[in-house]
This record gives sequence, C-alpha cells and structure tokens, in this order.
Amino acid sequence: MSFPWAAQYTPTNPFMKWMDDRLPLPRLVFNSVGAGYPVPRNLNYFWNFGVLSGLALVIQIVTGIVLAMHYAANSEIAFASVEHIMRDVNSGWLMRYLHANGASFFFIVVYIHIFRGLYYGSYKAPREMVWLLGLVIFLLMMATGFMGYVLPWGQMSFWGAQVITGLFAAIPVVGETIQQWLLGGFAPDNAALNRFFSLHYLLPFVIAGVIILHIWALHLPGSSNPTGIDVKGPQDTIPFHPYYTAKDGFGAGVFLILLAIMVFFAPNFLGHADNYIEANPLSTPAHIVPEWYFWPFYAILRAFTVDILFMPAKLLGVLAMFASILLLFFLPWLDKSPVRSGKFRPQFKIWFWVLVADVAVLGYCGGAPAEEPYVMISQLASMYYFAHFLIILPLISRTERPLPLPNSITEAVLGKDHDAAQPAAAE
Amino acid sequence: MVRIIGFLVGLGFVGVLGYSLIVGAIAYTTEEEPGPTAYDYHHHAREISFASDGPLGRFDRQQLQRGFQVYREVCAACHSLEYVAFRNLTDLGFTEAEVDAIADQWPIQVPTVNEETGEETTRNAIASDHFPHVYANEVAGRAANNNAYPPDLSLMTKAREEGAAYLYSLLSGYEDPPADLPEEFQPGTGLYFNPYFANLNIAMPPPLSDGQVSYADGTEATVDQMSEDVAAFLIWTAEPTMEERKSTGWAVLIFLVFLTTLAFLAYKNIWRDQKH
Amino acid sequence: MATEDHVEQPAGEQPEQEGVRRRDFLNIAAVSFAGVGGVIAILPLVNQMNPSADVLALSSIEVDLANIEPGQAVKTIWRKQPLFIRNLTADEITEANAVDVSGLRDPQTLAERTADGHENWLITLAVCTHLGCVPLGAGQGENKGEYGGYFCPCHGSHYDTAARIRKGPAPTNLVVPEYEFTSDTTVTIG
Repeated sequence: MSFPWAAQYTPTNPFMKWMDDRLPLPRLVFNSVGAGYPVPRNLNYFWNFGVLSGLALVIQIVTGIVLAMHYAANSEIAFASVEHIMRDVNSGWLMRYLHANGASFFFIVVYIHIFRGLYYGSYKAPREMVWLLGLVIFLLMMATGFMGYVLPWGQMSFWGAQVITGLFAAIPVVGETIQQWLLGGFAPDNAALNRFFSLHYLLPFVIAGVIILHIWALHLPGSSNPTGIDVKGPQDTIPFHPYYTAKDGFGAGVFLILLAIMVFFAPNFLGHADNYIEANPLSTPAHIVPEWYFWPFYAILRAFTVDILFMPAKLLGVLAMFASILLLFFLPWLDKSPVRSGKFRPQFKIWFWVLVADVAVLGYCGGAPAEEPYVMISQLASMYYFAHFLIILPLISRTERPLPLPNSITEAVLGKDHDAAQPAAAE
Repeated sequence: MVRIIGFLVGLGFVGVLGYSLIVGAIAYTTEEEPGPTAYDYHHHAREISFASDGPLGRFDRQQLQRGFQVYREVCAACHSLEYVAFRNLTDLGFTEAEVDAIADQWPIQVPTVNEETGEETTRNAIASDHFPHVYANEVAGRAANNNAYPPDLSLMTKAREEGAAYLYSLLSGYEDPPADLPEEFQPGTGLYFNPYFANLNIAMPPPLSDGQVSYADGTEATVDQMSEDVAAFLIWTAEPTMEERKSTGWAVLIFLVFLTTLAFLAYKNIWRDQKH
Repeated sequence: MATEDHVEQPAGEQPEQEGVRRRDFLNIAAVSFAGVGGVIAILPLVNQMNPSADVLALSSIEVDLANIEPGQAVKTIWRKQPLFIRNLTADEITEANAVDVSGLRDPQTLAERTADGHENWLITLAVCTHLGCVPLGAGQGENKGEYGGYFCPCHGSHYDTAARIRKGPAPTNLVVPEYEFTSDTTVTIG
C-alpha cells in the first residue's frame, strides 16, 4: 500500500511461507485489515460505521440464504410460505425478523456512514472514487431493499411494486412499455415476484463485489480522519490491527445489542401492519408508504404537485427524486473548498446541520399522509435539499474563510506543545 | 462547468417547488373549511393490557382457552383461521387427545378426494390440518355475507394498527350513532355503527352479547370479558412463537451485553497508551 | 471485521508484570466469548434445515385394508416415502417360514416382521436399502425377483416373501415401520 512505513507481512512458520508463495491471501488480509494497514490515530466512533455496514450485509446474506430455503416465490403461496417460516420452520421466526430488521439497521448504519462522509469531506480528492462507489452501493441497496419488501406478497408489497414501477410510467412515450417490461405484465403478479426474487438474491453479491472495490479505492490514499488533513508520517498512524479491530469489535457489540432489542422485543415496529394482509389487487390500503428508509425520497417525489409547461407533475417528481440521488455523484466537484473537515468550516458546519434536520423533516413528511400541511412542508424541505447541494455548497466553498488547520494529526491529538518539542515529526 | 450546470438545475428545481408551494398555499388558505370527516367521529382503541405485553410477557393459557372458546362458538361461523393448525392448540394447554377431539368435531370439514371414485368430498379434520376455510372462496364468502367478506383472523392482531387493543375495542364498542352524525356517515342497510372502525360503519353485526358462551372456569362471560379473551387468543394465533422469541431474546441480550462489556474493556486495554 | 484473534500487546507496554497479565486475560476473554457467541449463532442456522413442525405433524397415516385380497399388494405414501402393504397368501407365509434364518444376511423371522395376530400383513417401506430405489413386485405382473417377494431393478436386489434381502447388493431387509392395528381392517402407520 501507499505508506512506506506500513508493517510488512512476514510468514511466521513454514506452512504460511509455503502459502504466501502460492496464494498470498493471508498477506492480503494483513495488508487490508491487519497490522499492515496504517490508519490515522484520531478516528472517532463515526469511523465504525463502514465496518458495521459490512457486518449488516453479512447478516443479511446469511439470514437471506436461510430464508430462501423455505420461501416460495409464487404469488399463490408466497404469503403462506412466509407464515410457514414464522410458525413451523425451526427458528424460522428468528431468521425472518433478523432479515427484516437487519435491512433497516443496514440502512441506518449506511445513512450514518454517508453523513459522516458529508461532514468530514470524505468525498473530496483523492477519495472521489471511494465516494462514487459508495453511492453505487447505496443505489444497489435501495433496489435490493425495495425488491425484498415485495417478496412477502402482503398488501404493502403489492402496492409498493405497483407504485414504484409506476414511477417509470411517468417517462414520456415509452413509460408504460417500460413498466410492463419491468413487471412482465400489466400489474404485479407471479412474473414480477419471480424476477424480484431472482434479483433480490443476486444483488447482495454484486454489492459485496462493489464493496471490495470501495475498500480497494480507499486503501490507496488511506482512511480520512476527523481533521481532514493528510497523514504526514508514521507518528500520525497506528496499525488497523489490533487498534481498530478492537474498536470495531466494541462497535459491533453495540450494534448487535440494538439489533437484538428490535428483533426480539419490537420486531414489527419498523414494519407496516398492512403487510400482514395478503396482497389483494382489488383493494388499495388507505395509506401506502414505502419502508422508512425511502421516506425522504418519497417526500421529494410527492412535493411536485403542479404541472409546468409540458411537464406533468408526476414526471417532475420522478425526475427530482432521481436527481436528488444522482446529484450526490457530482458532489466532489460541486464543493470546491480545499478544506475537507467540516470542523474547520464555520459556515459549512451550520448548513450541514440544517441539511441533517432537513432530511429528517423530509423523512417525516414522506411517512405522513399526502395532505396539508405535510405537502407544503415537504416542498420547503425539498427546496432546501436541492439548494444545499447545488447552490449553497458551491457558493460557500468560494466565500467561506476556514479556521486555521492544525499542522498535523499528531498535533491535533497531542496539542501544540508536543509538536513543538519534536519539530521533525511534523514534516 | 459542473457547478454552473448544477446551479441552473438547482434553481430550476427550487423554482418549480417554490411555484408549487405558492399554488398550494393559496389553495390551502382560500379553501373553504371542509365539513366534518369520518375521522372526526373515529375513536382510537381503548387502553387495555394483556398478559403477553412487554418484554417479559407470557400468554395467560387460561385466557387463551377462553378466547378459543369464543372463537369456536361465535367467530368461527364466518371467520377462518387458515394459518393455524389444530396441532398448535396443544400450546394453549390442551392435551393431544383433546386436540384430536376438537379437530374431529370441527363443524367444517376438510376437502379431500374419494380414494375409490376420485370425486371431491370432505372428511373430518385431523390434528395436522389447518383450520378449514369457512367459504370455498371469496366470492362465496361475499355472497353469504351481504358482499362483505369476513377476513381471516390468523394474523388480525398484527395486520391492524393498534393490534389487539383495536380488536378488543371494536368487538365491545358497538354503540348508537351520535346525535350529530352527518347523514353521509349514518349506517346504511346491513351496516352497523362502530366508532373504532375506520369508516365508522362495519358490515359485521354486533357478534357478542352477555352470557353468550359459558366459560368452564366460571369466569363471567360479559361482552367486555369475551372481547378481551378473544383478542388475547388472536395475539397467540398471530404469533405462536412469541414466548420463544422473548425468552431467546433475554438470553441473547444478556450474552451480548456481557460480550460488549468485555470488548469495551479489551478496546480500552489495547488503546491504553495511545493518545487519540 | 471484528476478529480479534492474535491480539498482540501494543508497543510501549508498561513493565508491570501483574498488570500486563491481567490485561492480556481481558483480550483473550473477549475473543473467546465472541467465538462462543459465533458458534452458538450457527446452531439455529443448522437447525432450520431439520424437518419443520408441519412436516413432523404428518408423520402418521391411517390405511383401510378391507379391499386388499390375499396375494395383492398396494403402494401408499407415508412421510412422503412409498410404502408396500402386502396381504400374504398361505403359501407365501409357509415359504417365508421355511427359510433357515441363520443363513440370511439380515436374520429375521416373518413373525418378527409382522404384527401379532396379523401375520399375513407385511408392511414395509418401498425403499430399497441399497440406494433408495422403489423395488418392483407390488403391482400386477411386475417382476417379483427370484424369491417371489420384491426385486429392485436398479442394482438387482432380490427380496423374499417376507421382504428380506436374499441376493444382490442391499445390506438389510426392507424396513418395517412402526404401526398398529386399530381394528381388523385398519392400521395406523407411524
């Protein structure tokens, strides 16, 4: 890797030496998550969430494979097969509740991971590719999460599939053809359920692949850190193992405790009652909402209520919803401030917290019924969302006067005195 | 270049949203005060607690048996319980022989095929059968019930907001319509006013009346008592694995708290001489 | 991930022997407990593949024997496996009892393989004990093998009139399930 002072892998016994010459897998592990990967010494707990996302993916894949052994992707019996899992399969209820709540926890940790990146400027050079790959993972997760929610074939599953594929019908001229192609019919049914199941099983492995690229791209420049300044020498770093493995172990414990509380004591809290009613194409639930992790985007979709010129409101909403995610791909070039960490950007810091509150408001409105005052609030909040990324960030990156940066990570950790005592270390 | 295009796109979205907001706000302020909606007469479920509530909750088997009795003698005439099998009833404290008898004497038979002639016929239920459907299909159910299909009850407490409390309130909450109820919310023919039902008028006639069943354990069978018992029974039918879930949960949680404490101490131990 | 095996003492540790040992113990304890937790977590993942409650509940069936004539056999299904129910003729019973049991690969008398008082009812799984094919011999005109019982066409196992293995690769006799006569003409299997 790119740190000359990184510890070198040395096989400790003849077998490992033999292995290292033929398949240097232990060396790869050593260099990527072992003692051979130097990491800034000042990472805070927000840097736990990358590893936690990986843990969440592993939980999803393991429980998902188990559920697929009992689930039947057939619209006639899918709902009953889920009840079969809940009632008759040994520990089936545990697998299903882990999988359903695990999906929510996956999104929670990924959202924290993303906001961590936004605050500390982790998307900036030289880590643009890490950010872009992360967004690809996020999009794949959204697709996987949506298709997974269709599988139990409850009322929300069915109407979610109807509404989300209906978004594509907003595309002029070819929209309806695309929707029928996606569903394999005129409404969600067996064809749609089967392809969603196939893709829901496939995409997590694609996600795992993109995660490898994400980590690869990260390990070239190395991890960012709360000060946002570059690593300048060995005194700024400590090896990933045992320091960050120990810290991540503790983080994983806290994560699992919270997950266990939800799974065992409030397993349906994040779900929706209507999904315990089998899909019925003849009756729409009174209040259709997607899973909570889509609510902010759902609010943006519904904020567009007025036709403009030749553009129907529905199309505008769909465009805006996709734009709200796509614009994140341009973030590294929208925010030109040379300072990475929000810690040293007094104006950025304020706007960042406004954005956090704004997304929370959007989330609340996305889960609320489509009536006033929620529509007006979500219009205001959507205005801020777009303005934040497309107008405010580019402007403040020109006008803002950042606070003085510390000379090095070590100085930031130990204070100026230490640095003054060892002037050589800083350079 | 990216920023110029982004700026223009941003202005575009903000402009459209601002325009929508103004249009919406004008409509909102000039709109006439809407008349009362069904929601204004709707009641939230009444507070009630069940033995199975909370992280330490266990089923009250005596109550579940009473609830099952209400289901069997009252609800089962119209409502199926398709995801529950007779064999599951051993969970309520019935012996296997009692379960066999319940299945054998169940008034609705199970469809089967005559082994000699191949004709469709029915037979008595056995313990491994699920509770049989009351109606052959939804159309038959609607035809028999004034076009209102009696829903399956297996998952009812999970499939309704407010769960068992809602069922309890609904069953014991039939009342005369309030005097100020607007015309459009008055119950039509074949409908009954119930403030706990979302649109206020339910097609199910009041199913319970005092003393309708006689409980073996001597509990007085008031409407309130029967509603509570059958709601408790339906908590069980919706999730018979609940007790296993909670006891597993405690074991897992205690283990995880201990492990995480150890992990924290190990973390602090490893980092003890690193400033960070 | 959070695998903390081989936790090394960080550089610059204090030379207090007592303290160091206690601190080492902490790391080892944490890793061991995580390992125990991991192993326990595998149990439900393995156990979910065992037969589920609904499958286990189907494990007994009732069969009406009234219409099976002597010399006839029927195939039925028990636990999703085929089952032979054979009404033996007097000749077949004599033939089965005439065999010298001590010379058999899996020594069993006919009496041991049928119920008391119902010696003519031979109830066995229709699963060859070699590799699980369904033997012939129950249907009209099927090959009954050299010993007049069942013949498995897959690898040529011959069973006699008590469904005992006599020739071919199968190691044991056809399996007799647990069953009970609830009346003279009905039997509950399982």
